[in-house]
Amino acid sequence: MPRDLEKYLRPEVQTTPFCPGCGHGILMGLLLRAVDELELDMDKVLFVSGIGCAAWIPSPNFKADTLHTLHGRAIPFATGAKSFNPELNTIVVSGDGDLTSIGGNHLIHAARRNTDITVICANNMIYGMTGGQLACTTPFGAKASTYREGSPYQAFDLPKLVEAAGARYAARYSVTQPLLVIAAIKKAITTKGFTFIEVLSPCPTQFGRRNQLGSPEKMIEMLYHRCISKEQASTMGSEEIKDKIITGEFVNGTA
Amino acid sequence: MSSRFVKSSMLPGAYYFSGSEAVAEGAITAGCRYYGGYPITPSSEIMERIAWRFHEVGGVFMQMEDELASICSLIGASWAGAKAMTATSGPGLSLMMESTGYAASTETPLVIVDVQRAGPGTGQATRVADGDIMQVKWGSHGDYQVIAYSPWSVQEMYDFTIKAFNMAERYRVPAFVMASEATAHLKEQMVMSEKVEIYDRVKQPGAAPFDTKEQDGVPPMPSFGEGECLLVTGSTHEGYGFRRSDNPEVQQRLVSRLHLKIMNHRDDIVEVERYYLDKDRLDVVVVSYGFTARSSLYTVERLRSEGKRVGMLRLKTLWPFAETAVQEASKHTKKIFVPEMNMGQVAGLIKANALSEVVTFNQTNGEVIAPSTIEKEIRRIL
Repeated sequence: MPRDLEKYLRPEVQTTPFCPGCGHGILMGLLLRAVDELELDMDKVLFVSGIGCAAWIPSPNFKADTLHTLHGRAIPFATGAKSFNPELNTIVVSGDGDLTSIGGNHLIHAARRNTDITVICANNMIYGMTGGQLACTTPFGAKASTYREGSPYQAFDLPKLVEAAGARYAARYSVTQPLLVIAAIKKAITTKGFTFIEVLSPCPTQFGRRNQLGSPEKMIEMLYHRCISKEQASTMGSEEIKDKIITGEFVNGTA
Repeated sequence: MSSRFVKSSMLPGAYYFSGSEAVAEGAITAGCRYYGGYPITPSSEIMERIAWRFHEVGGVFMQMEDELASICSLIGASWAGAKAMTATSGPGLSLMMESTGYAASTETPLVIVDVQRAGPGTGQATRVADGDIMQVKWGSHGDYQVIAYSPWSVQEMYDFTIKAFNMAERYRVPAFVMASEATAHLKEQMVMSEKVEIYDRVKQPGAAPFDTKEQDGVPPMPSFGEGECLLVTGSTHEGYGFRRSDNPEVQQRLVSRLHLKIMNHRDDIVEVERYYLDKDRLDVVVVSYGFTARSSLYTVERLRSEGKRVGMLRLKTLWPFAETAVQEASKHTKKIFVPEMNMGQVAGLIKANALSEVVTFNQTNGEVIAPSTIEKEIRRIL
C-alpha cells in the first residue's frame, strides 16, 4: 500500500490478519483509494462490519469510527447509526456469508427501505474463517468442507437480489479489476440511497485448495479469466458463458 | 456522572393512561429519540404511540424487519449518540438475546421494555406471565450484568422507563423494564410531575471508552462522528477497543469490570418497598413483584385488618437481585411466601438468600394471581 494512504490506517496496526494470497488486502487498498479520491472527511465516516475475515478489513485497521458487530447484523447496526445521525457517511464492509446468508434478510430490507448506506460485500465464495464450509455464494459444483462432492445448489446472484429489493446502485467486480472496483466504490458512496457492490476476492486457503486452485496466483488467474463485462457477455453464446462471472453495474444510481 | 432536570413529556398533572402509553411518555421524557421495533403482542401499543409521538418531538422511529434488527439498530443508534429503546415480548426477547450480550460487552446503553406474555414457545400471546426474569439475566452467553425494573402500576411504567434510561446511561448497560401484559394493558391514573431528573452519558475526549483505572468503573462514552476514531467490537477488547481475543488478562479484566461496575453499586441501583416489616416478629412475609404485588398487598392489608402478623417486601428491581433486603426481611418472619406467574424464577433466588422457610406459589395459566388465591395460600401456612 503506498505511503500516502497510511494516513487512513491506525498507527497501532502493523499487519493485516489476512492469509497469504487473500484478496481482502487488495480490497482494503482499493477502498482507501476511493476514500482518498473522494476526499472524504474520515471524522464523519463510519465503517460497520459483521463477523468473518472481511469484517476485519475496516476493524481495527481504518482510522475512522469502526463498529465491528455480530455475525450477520452489520446492516441493522448501520441502519440505526445512519438514521439517527444522517451526517455519518456509513459504509458496511463484510463478507458474503455474513451479509447475504445469516444477514440476508437485513440486506434486502435495507435495500427496500433505501437506507442511505453503502454495502461492500467481499465475496470469497466460502466460509473462510470457520474452515471452508459451503456458502450461499459457493458456485454450483464447487467443493467445500461440508460438501466435499461439490455444491448441489446454485449460488445467489447478489446484484440481482438487491436490485429486486430496490437498491439504487448495484455492481459486481473482482479484485482483479482494481480500477473498476475503485470507480464503483466512489459511485456507490456518492449515490444517495442504498448502494451495493459485490467484490470477488480470492481465498486460496479455504476455497482454492479444495478446488484445484490452491496457490494465490491460480485463484487470481481464475478470476481474471472468468470475469467478463456485461458487454462481452452479450456477445457470447450460452455454452461459452456458462463458467463466466459477469461483472459490471447492474443498477446505475439513476432510479 | 451528569444529571439535569427536564420537563415531563406532557403538561404536569394527572392522566388516565395505559401502561403502554405511560412507557412511551416515560421514554420521551427521559430523552429517548431512537426507537427500533418489530410488532409483537402484547407490546405493540408502545411502538405505535412512540411512532406518532416522535413526529411531534423529533425522534427517529424505525420499524425493522425483525427483532434481531431492532436491537442491533438500537446499538448503532446509541453509539451515534441516541438514547435508544425497543419494546418486545417473549419470542422477540429470545431473538434479542445475542445482541443483549453484545450491548453488555460493548457497554452500550439501551432500554428494552419486555411486555411479558405466557410462554414457553409462542405460548399465550395475549395472556400475562412473569416468565422472562431469568432470561434477561442469563439468556445471552457468557457472564454479564443487566439492570431490570419490575413495575406494578401505570405510574411505575412511566417512572421506571425513565429510571431504566437513567441507569442505562449511568452504568452503560442494557436496562430492562419487566412489564407484563397486565401492566401494559392496565389503565389507571398516573401523574406527570413538573420536572424530572435525567442522566446523560459522560463525555471525555481522548479518554479510553472501554476501561477505567478502577476495577468497577464506568468509562466515558463518546459517539460516532466526534472525531474519536472509535473502535467498537463485541470481541474481547482493551481500553481503546483493540481486539485482544487471545489475551487472558484483558478478557479477565473486561469481564470482571462488566460484573463489578454493577454489583459494587447495588446500593445505588436496587430498590425495594417494605410493608409492615418494621413490626414485631411476623408469621409470613410476602415477597412480591410486578403486577402480582398488587394482589399481594391487597391481601396483606386484609389479613392485617384481622390482626394477622403478615408483611410484604416488594421488589421494584429484579436485577441486580435484592439479596440484602430479602435476607433482612427473612430475619423477622417465620415464613416467606412468594407468589409468582412463573414456575419459581425469583423464588429460587429468595431461597438462596432467605434465613427462614420459603413457601412458593406458582401460577402459569395466563391469568393474574387473584387476591383470593393469595389469601387462601397464606391462610394455609399461617
